[in-house]
Amino acid sequence: MKALEVKNLSISFNRYQKGLKKKDLKVISNLNISLYEGQILAIAGSSGSGKSLLAHAILGILPKNAKVEGTMLWYGEPLTLSLQKKLRGKELALVPQSITYLDPIKRVGKQISEDQSKVTAVLKRYDLSEKIKRLYPFELSGGMARRVLLATAVAGNAKVIIADEPTPGLSKELAETAMSHFRELADQGAAVLLITHDLDLALRYADRIAVFYAGTTVEIAKASDFEREELLRHPYSRALWNAMPQNNFKSTPGVQPYAGSIESGCVFAPRCNLKTLECTQTTPPMRILRDGEVCCYHAT
Amino acid sequence: MRGLNRRTSAAITAIVILAIIIAIYLGGSLLPDSALKADFSQKALKPSVDHIFGTDYLGRDMFVRTIKGLSLSLTVGAIASCISALIALVIGTTAALGKGLIDHAINWFIDVFMSVPHTVLLILIAMVLDRGATGVLIGIALTHWCQLARIVRAEVLQVRSQQFVLASRKFGKSPFWIAKEHIFPHVIPQFFVGLILMFPHAIMHESGLTFLGFGLPPEQPAIGIILSEAMSYISSGAWWLAFFPGLSLVILVLLIDKLGSTVRYLLEPREAQM
Amino acid sequence: MLLEVKNIKFSHDGKTPLIKGISFCIEAGERVALVGPSGCGKSTLAQIIAGYIKPHGGKILFDGAPLPDRGYCPIQLIYQHPEKAINPRWRLGKTLREAWDPDESLLKDLGIEKAWLDRYPSELSGGELQRFCIARALAPQTRLIIADEISTMLDVITQAQVWEVLLKVTQERGIGIIAITHSEDLAKRVCTRVINFEDLNNR
Repeated sequence: MKALEVKNLSISFNRYQKGLKKKDLKVISNLNISLYEGQILAIAGSSGSGKSLLAHAILGILPKNAKVEGTMLWYGEPLTLSLQKKLRGKELALVPQSITYLDPIKRVGKQISEDQSKVTAVLKRYDLSEKIKRLYPFELSGGMARRVLLATAVAGNAKVIIADEPTPGLSKELAETAMSHFRELADQGAAVLLITHDLDLALRYADRIAVFYAGTTVEIAKASDFEREELLRHPYSRALWNAMPQNNFKSTPGVQPYAGSIESGCVFAPRCNLKTLECTQTTPPMRILRDGEVCCYHAT
Repeated sequence: MRGLNRRTSAAITAIVILAIIIAIYLGGSLLPDSALKADFSQKALKPSVDHIFGTDYLGRDMFVRTIKGLSLSLTVGAIASCISALIALVIGTTAALGKGLIDHAINWFIDVFMSVPHTVLLILIAMVLDRGATGVLIGIALTHWCQLARIVRAEVLQVRSQQFVLASRKFGKSPFWIAKEHIFPHVIPQFFVGLILMFPHAIMHESGLTFLGFGLPPEQPAIGIILSEAMSYISSGAWWLAFFPGLSLVILVLLIDKLGSTVRYLLEPREAQM
Repeated sequence: MLLEVKNIKFSHDGKTPLIKGISFCIEAGERVALVGPSGCGKSTLAQIIAGYIKPHGGKILFDGAPLPDRGYCPIQLIYQHPEKAINPRWRLGKTLREAWDPDESLLKDLGIEKAWLDRYPSELSGGELQRFCIARALAPQTRLIIADEISTMLDVITQAQVWEVLLKVTQERGIGIIAITHSEDLAKRVCTRVINFEDLNNR
């Protein structure tokens, strides 16, 4: 069951350049993803590449100077601002990066949920003592904070959970525990969108991986496709595979461009050794290939 | 201001205000003293087309007197602020760069200094220095550095603890080089804004001191003198003698304050990108 | 013996000890991985070795002598977050040349484009900034590099690019590396030896 669909999403910001001029800076361009119930979709890309903005766009909490184009569908219905407001915190939940997202002067218990019985249930589930309810956010340790953020999302019986970089700063054990909680939630029927820069972690826990490059998704593959290079479709995904230390640890020359800096054609074309004239002139559309999706004219 | 983004309109505001201030200053210094000649035929006239601010009891045009007075206030205020700002810069930087003991000592000194009502201190200094322009100037310079010193100290301390400054030392750079290339450029914007915002204080104090008789001598057409003279004529109904000079002073002070906050908005690197 | 860490002790608040007496040695040209769970004190130890923090006990000997207080420090520390290690008010060209004047071939290897030198840090991404930090730390006087999770925030390809260059340059010049990382695969690829922080700390 398709819970959330994002089609051709583009996000740009109106910012000041040097001096007095304002310019539109594109951060995400023509992004396509679909979230299915019971599955974890991970978006993997480097830190600061704009992936968090996707989470904010879905929730409807982008800053005022952001311009959004494209469509988002919630169980087939258009996800309008009012629908976002209705679902936020309940069926559509965010597990944010840090506790700065919590109100620092409100006690934790009140912030997890208004309904105190739900709070008790959810604290028990994540092995947190009742005493947590009376604490303030700044009094929580790293691991506790993670679980509290998770509890906040779960207490609302969310159908779609967006986890924005849930593991930086956590020890290996805590990161694995956090991820296993998401797995549990997915297994119970929620659709989970995992935004992370840790490809290893994503590969271990997600069902599908959306490969993020230059502000767009170039491939959506099953996590198991990353076991062998041939199973991957897009040249960039293969380059990623080659660069992983456990594979060949081999780099591909060039630098990832900014979203929108490639005027026409495929965003990976400048670095691709398969490129042809067609690649530089028109952007390849997303097509279904071997149980996955890819934006490439040459993928087989 | 449709079609202009906030930064552009802020820049325009700043330039306009600066132009007004410069115009006042130049007007006051360039107007010949002959414009201040007493003319008893024009005694105590209400505001009119010929004399937009009216005339005083010696027949002098109030507009000319006001402009000259504001110009004088600007001069005294500017010089006093600059000296005070320099004192603040030295003390603030010393506190931030010195070892813990020096920092503690300076903080203690600033606390003590700030606990004394500065108007009283100002009057005392002015009297000791025998009043006049020098007295006022030094008095203001010596009493207004505290807040800016604290700001400078905070900025220097903040930069000093940044990783890129600590790393600089490991690249072999001398403390002097680090102060010049890393710390100074970081402090300057806030320092500059603090300096501009000191002007209104300095000007108001100069006028206040002069009004009370502890400042500039009566021969100088300072706003304070104008206002203190005007006080004695208020009961005779010559309201314009106090109204226009007083209003002009307030407007000037507000304009400079607005300039200071606009410059701060333009220089802040962490402002919202709206 | 390039680096001798002798019985280093440290505590943040003076009461609870964080580092309880760690000792180890590194030879020139060795590449050692320092692994351990998050928050155990690896980064603190890295800062002590590089001379940013004074230990409460023990000493660090480099080439048999304590680290110099002034002048270029032969032990260079590269941090996880390049934005904090770069002055936001300087153009990047100035930041790059703060320590030394890197040659064209190094910049090319690291993927630093000429156009970036005129820009400000806020205009570039973390991955691009990290390349500058690495170039800056590779002055001729550098003898040991401590890489504190330098590629954790980078994407896999940038990580491979950056380590390729680091390994090439350090091998050419006989520079030692202490790599702090939580990725076992990366440690195996990059390092000749693995030190477990907790084993050393809980003797």
